[in-house]
Amino acid sequence: HTHRPTHTHTHRGDTAHIKGVTRVNGDVALTHQESRLNPSKSNLNQTEHGHGSVITGIPIVTFKWHHVETPYLVALWILVAGLGKLVIEANHHVTSVIPESALLICFGFILGGIIWGADKVQTFKLTPTVFFFYLLPQIILDAGYSMPNKLFFSNMGAILIYAVIGTCWNAASLGLSLWGCHKGGAMGDLDLGLLQYLLFGSLMAAVDPVAVIAVFEQVHVNEVLFIMVFGESLLNDGVTVVLFNVFDAFVSLGGDKIDAVEIIKGIISFFVVAFGGSLVGFVFGLLISLLTRCTKNIQIIEPGFVFVLGYLAYLTAEMLSLSAILSIVFCGMCCQKYINSNMDERSVTTVRYVMKVLANGSETIIFVFLGISAIDKEIWVWNTGFILLTLLFVLVYRFIGVFFLTWILNKFRLVPVELIDQVIMSYGGLRGAVAYGLAVMLDENKIKEKNLMVSTTLIVVYFTVILQGITMKPLVNWLKVKRAAVGELTLIEKVQDKVFDHMLVAIEDISGQIGHNYMRDKWNNFEEKWMTCILMKPSARKNRDYVFKVFHKLNLKDAMRYVTEGERRGSLEFVRNETAFIDFKKKFDDDFSEVMPDIMADTSDDYSDTRDPVPSVSLEMHEQTMNGMRPLEDVNSHHLLQQHLYKGRKQHRHRYSRSHFDVNKDENEVQEIFQRTMRTRLESFKSGKMGVAPLKHITKHLKKDQQQKMPNGKSLDKSKTYHSGDEDFEFSEGDSASGFEASASSFPMRVTYRAGAGIENPAFMPDLDPMAQVQIPPWLAEAEVDSSMVAPSQRAQLRLPWTPSNLRRLAPLRISAHSTDSFMLADAPAAQQRDNDQLPPPPPPPAPPHGDHM
Amino acid sequence: MGASQTRSEHKYQDLADKTGFSLEQITNLHKRFQQLSGNEDTLSRQNLDNIPALANNPIRNQIIEAFFDKRNQHQDEVGSFNEIGFEQFLMVMSHFRPPTLKTTEEEKEALRKEKLRFLFNMHDTDNDGTITLVEYRKVVEELLSKSGAIEQETAKAIADAAMLEVASTNVPDMAPDDFYEGITFEHFEQILKGLEMESRMHIRFLDVDTTTMRCGKSTS
Repeated sequence: HTHRPTHTHTHRGDTAHIKGVTRVNGDVALTHQESRLNPSKSNLNQTEHGHGSVITGIPIVTFKWHHVETPYLVALWILVAGLGKLVIEANHHVTSVIPESALLICFGFILGGIIWGADKVQTFKLTPTVFFFYLLPQIILDAGYSMPNKLFFSNMGAILIYAVIGTCWNAASLGLSLWGCHKGGAMGDLDLGLLQYLLFGSLMAAVDPVAVIAVFEQVHVNEVLFIMVFGESLLNDGVTVVLFNVFDAFVSLGGDKIDAVEIIKGIISFFVVAFGGSLVGFVFGLLISLLTRCTKNIQIIEPGFVFVLGYLAYLTAEMLSLSAILSIVFCGMCCQKYINSNMDERSVTTVRYVMKVLANGSETIIFVFLGISAIDKEIWVWNTGFILLTLLFVLVYRFIGVFFLTWILNKFRLVPVELIDQVIMSYGGLRGAVAYGLAVMLDENKIKEKNLMVSTTLIVVYFTVILQGITMKPLVNWLKVKRAAVGELTLIEKVQDKVFDHMLVAIEDISGQIGHNYMRDKWNNFEEKWMTCILMKPSARKNRDYVFKVFHKLNLKDAMRYVTEGERRGSLEFVRNETAFIDFKKKFDDDFSEVMPDIMADTSDDYSDTRDPVPSVSLEMHEQTMNGMRPLEDVNSHHLLQQHLYKGRKQHRHRYSRSHFDVNKDENEVQEIFQRTMRTRLESFKSGKMGVAPLKHITKHLKKDQQQKMPNGKSLDKSKTYHSGDEDFEFSEGDSASGFEASASSFPMRVTYRAGAGIENPAFMPDLDPMAQVQIPPWLAEAEVDSSMVAPSQRAQLRLPWTPSNLRRLAPLRISAHSTDSFMLADAPAAQQRDNDQLPPPPPPPAPPHGDHM
Repeated sequence: MGASQTRSEHKYQDLADKTGFSLEQITNLHKRFQQLSGNEDTLSRQNLDNIPALANNPIRNQIIEAFFDKRNQHQDEVGSFNEIGFEQFLMVMSHFRPPTLKTTEEEKEALRKEKLRFLFNMHDTDNDGTITLVEYRKVVEELLSKSGAIEQETAKAIADAAMLEVASTNVPDMAPDDFYEGITFEHFEQILKGLEMESRMHIRFLDVDTTTMRCGKSTS
């Protein structure tokens, strides 16, 4: 392989081998025709030219295009691809019919047309180097990192069979059939032998993860089907690259030199490459996990390690001529659990986001360039027989392969794969950029018909991605494929999931069967005992144990806030707490945060002098760190809960999606539970109290109307006091965008706990009773006893016994705290209402100056 | 000898019809049964308690109790056995039979109901047709009991939250003085709709005898 100076442009004809480790010419992301025509003009020279050929004095401004040309073009292309996606995604009615990937390719056609129109030659195209070294790794890493491990391993057998045997079958059948047709004279005069056909077959064999995910994430098929297609597409990429290399070697060796020994060597190398690659990935995964154990002091760059080491796993495998794709997949899969608990939650979020950004970006660029590459006269060689037969065989053999393998698998599978699922699996065999990348890598000297292969590959890719992509959704609908349940799981389902796991293990134990559950249980134990010990931070381990403690603490805090309600009343003190309160729910939507900072800034400014020097409810609630940062407790409880409760298989509902990335729904869940209990409490003591008209919302709240729609009109009783709090709640619920919305936010909880009994509607909780004892639900009361350790202020505790009049005074104060126009408006009817209700309390004078900020 | 052989085969055939297991599976399970019971005809709680592999299972008690629950015998009986025979053992096991390709939709639905009922019974310890908060809490507590430092309080909180959720989904407009008694079977079914019971709650019963593979561990 060639060794080139770093600054030389990649030649188009220069087919960068994946295996070409020595190649360092990474700087040119997109081949530039201009330099191809003038290979001597390297970037270094350009730079010198740029500095001016004739120096006649110091130029004030110089135009140095060549100086920045390459990076500039790269950046520009990324921008263009991003904008293309932006435009496409803006049209929902189009994307709901045609998958985004297809649209991006079409966008590429247009761009390519423009370029070709301008240059009369295709200047930009996807080169294998760029594709395999700079675009693919992050996509695969992301896939591995967000792989639902449990689901994957429970279907591992099937996935491996499809990925290995299925791919070999595809390659062999396609190659042989084409060769047969060639012999039969179906494609005229082509200079291709059996080996070349097999090579072609092997590059066409793989289902492409990029294309598959792009299509399947829009069609929500059930998770088993999804993981089969997804897992297969990931693994068979590795397989296909291996196959390709083996056949490539065979082709270079020449047909007559191949004997049994070589073939056996080929088979052995196949396994070595595949398993070796996985092993490398595994080792790197462990490395990442170990490394993140000790990155506490460099939190800001710890996410970087994940990417760098992931990429190194890819490159290392490449260097050892092992399967790089498998390596990076397994690297991602191994480390996900450990890094998630080792790293700071912020870093984890960063990793996830950056991962999505990179993967989604690359995906976009790949599709656009797949489109652009088509508009090039040079590569197009038309051979009707070859192309059409390839298309036909690709489709037919995919069906045959899937059906046959499933037939065998179903004899062993506990839950058989249904016929409809098989159809979808077969039909979802989309080919994509990997095939194209491999095709372009073919050596023209060895394979005379390279261009024909490239153009055929392109046609197959377009056919599968565009046509099959578009028809996939109607097909899924028409066949009534079992869909994945939308929405998040309810808590009880999660508990039940866990019950399931334990129950199945128990039954296996009792019945004396060694089954899947038994194995998993043993693995879990092993992992718990050794792996976590070595790979996880001691503190993280402790956290996992104490997760529930934290959960409890959350509740405590919540209780504490309840207590401080008493404190707020009648004093301006609440203002501070109010700030904290809002701050605590930092789930600002963009809209929301526009409003919130004002309020926060204001309240703190206006009332700073009234602050109680003793942080009565400190609980780091008013630690105003970055927006969107969750308080530590939350984070921990997320881990904890997940460890203990959310282990069930459905937890892995994240259908893999590169573009829709939801941050920890689970954690939302914790918050959700928390908010509910909170709300319950609030409701329970305010309901029926104040005849106050509902407030106008200060924000563009998604569920603006919901308040008015309450079933029994109870919500109309909502006191202003808590309105902002409620709103906040609703917001985060809206964020979670889950099934909860339907159940929860459309209807505020009006139930409360009562120890030992069921659940009672609290609307008539004895909140008129001045005795605090009665007001507080028993389990909360218990919490209060505990609370000594969290040290709530004495004052808060003293003030516990609330009286209705106390409560009433709160409302206007609260209004003043917000002091936005809408609140002021809402004030008037509210006051009326109060009069009507014959509640005597004169609302206390509105709080001190507040309007100045508006 | 020959006579007893045919008799037991005949008996197995009977059981096979009742439970849907294959003869091989029944033979295997019978071996296991005898292994557990120490070649007795009946199995006591103690026998199951002694299974070492079960020791770490947080919901061991519930599982074992389920085996002795008469409600899981398809006979409309209530209460619990002190000891169970092989037939009862098999009946309980049959709840975990996987569906096959040939299972029709109706059968699947029936299977699902059956499995759900089993699960429901496991929670509803006093057999009053509802899972009350107390009962539910107990399960959650046990479930978390193995997790170490988890306090009861937290387990309770989770159970409470889950219960709240159920209450809110099932009785969306509760009248002011309504009282959510607990989860009825209908509600239970409703809630767990998403769990794909029929394709999850089952284990693989092999036709081959695997007991020997781990007899070292499992003999009590």
